[in-house]
Amino acid sequence: MVAQNIGFAIIAAIMIVGALRVVTTSNVVHAALWLVVVLAGAAAQYILLAAEFLAITQVLVYIGAVMVLFLFGTMLTRSRIGRDSGLNNSYAKLGIPVAVVLFAAMALALSKSFGTEELPTNGSLVSTQQISDQIFGPYLLPFWALSFVLLAAVIGAIVLARKD
Amino acid sequence: MLSLLAVEIPYWGQSLLRVLGGLVAVLLPAGTIVYVFLFKMMSFMQSRLGPMEAGPYGSMQLFAEVGKWLQKEDIQPDNADKRIFRMAPIVVLMSTFLLVAVVPFGPDAWFTDFETGVFYALAVSSISVLGILMAGWSSANKYSLLGGLRAAGQLIAYELPMVLAVIGVVIQAETMNLQQIVVAQNAGSIFGSDIVGNPYVLTQFVGFVVFMIAVQAELTQAPFDMPIAESELVSGYMTEYSGFRFLIFFIGEFATAGVFAMIASTLFLGGWGIPFSWFGWTTMDSVDDWMNVAGPLIVFTKMMVLVFLIMWIRFSYPRFREDQLQRFAWKVLIPISLANIMVTAVLKVAF
Repeated sequence: MVAQNIGFAIIAAIMIVGALRVVTTSNVVHAALWLVVVLAGAAAQYILLAAEFLAITQVLVYIGAVMVLFLFGTMLTRSRIGRDSGLNNSYAKLGIPVAVVLFAAMALALSKSFGTEELPTNGSLVSTQQISDQIFGPYLLPFWALSFVLLAAVIGAIVLARKD
Repeated sequence: MLSLLAVEIPYWGQSLLRVLGGLVAVLLPAGTIVYVFLFKMMSFMQSRLGPMEAGPYGSMQLFAEVGKWLQKEDIQPDNADKRIFRMAPIVVLMSTFLLVAVVPFGPDAWFTDFETGVFYALAVSSISVLGILMAGWSSANKYSLLGGLRAAGQLIAYELPMVLAVIGVVIQAETMNLQQIVVAQNAGSIFGSDIVGNPYVLTQFVGFVVFMIAVQAELTQAPFDMPIAESELVSGYMTEYSGFRFLIFFIGEFATAGVFAMIASTLFLGGWGIPFSWFGWTTMDSVDDWMNVAGPLIVFTKMMVLVFLIMWIRFSYPRFREDQLQRFAWKVLIPISLANIMVTAVLKVAF
């Protein structure tokens, strides 16, 4: 467990530095690349928790698709190399209290609901089959609802993009 | 591998062996592919001899090329974003090394035995897009940026049919673990006949074709080489790269071809296995230990066959236009692979 905790601390430190750089760097593409570091760190933390499927999904969805689309978009529109001024708007400072409140709320929620519980250190791990059994069993209706929302979003995007 | 040597190797020793094995599994196929296919086969298809001077039949040409690239000046454009410019080729090569980690080479000869091996392979193969976008943007060159954007559009479009083509295999094998997919193919039978096992190239032929086309596009090999189309974009995202950074891109391209072919051979041609009925094996545990030595050679042979297919198409077909390329992915390959999934699922339940 000690080795895992050290690993967690190192990855968490990298993630915090990355997250701070996302909002402080003065180049949009650099910000997106720092975001990749944060998301990859999250995937690494999932691996440490032995949540293999979740970690790989994180890589496939966030790094392989979302971040590529982010980079694609920023490179198509504003892709200057070097420092960019005027990236912060007038509400930038407001982000700090919002972040603090959000952190406090999530920390509270986590400690209230899992306060003294511990992860099984040598118990059986959750397999991919169990995850799919849950999704396509008790959680089938929410899964369908989510799929419909996504489908609506896709159709909406096409409708907005096609003007003819 | 371990029981064959009859010595107990400590954990760090095994890890070291696996890292070295990974290096061999990436670099050896890359070198072989470049010499056999890029130098020799392409030359023969174009009625010329290819390299003949360095070594017998020019077989040492590769080392001469590597030496040449290593001693070239390392040029970085003045306006380039230097740090990202230097990182980009490494990101591309890293995704190749991550990819080879799940390929099984024998009953005990594997790097990692991921439960979700196929899924992992598809996920890490998409990391190379990041490297290509970084290279295209940081070069501070319009052609590079255009090439990078084209590459990203193409790789996203062809990743979907690739994932969907694999689902057919996963449904048939009932597992995402590459080792168990190998066992399922070699221990299986087609309509009760187990003479060749059940290689999914026979029962999942549509999936195989879609997968190989998607691989061709993911590797940006002709006819899908719009991102580096030399007649319009100089060399796409690689335009500003020279010396050993270009070499890394070059190795990455052919190493990825090799690793993708290994994954395709694992998914569709039975991987390291030979039909288990030939030797009376039934499960993973009954496989003899000598398969750990024969396995890598079998994978290598199957990989060469598949890379031959990729290169044959590369040297034969003219380039797709950008809109044809996108239309082909979204309107042909994705519907076909979706239909393939449905038919496979129905047949799986029916039989």
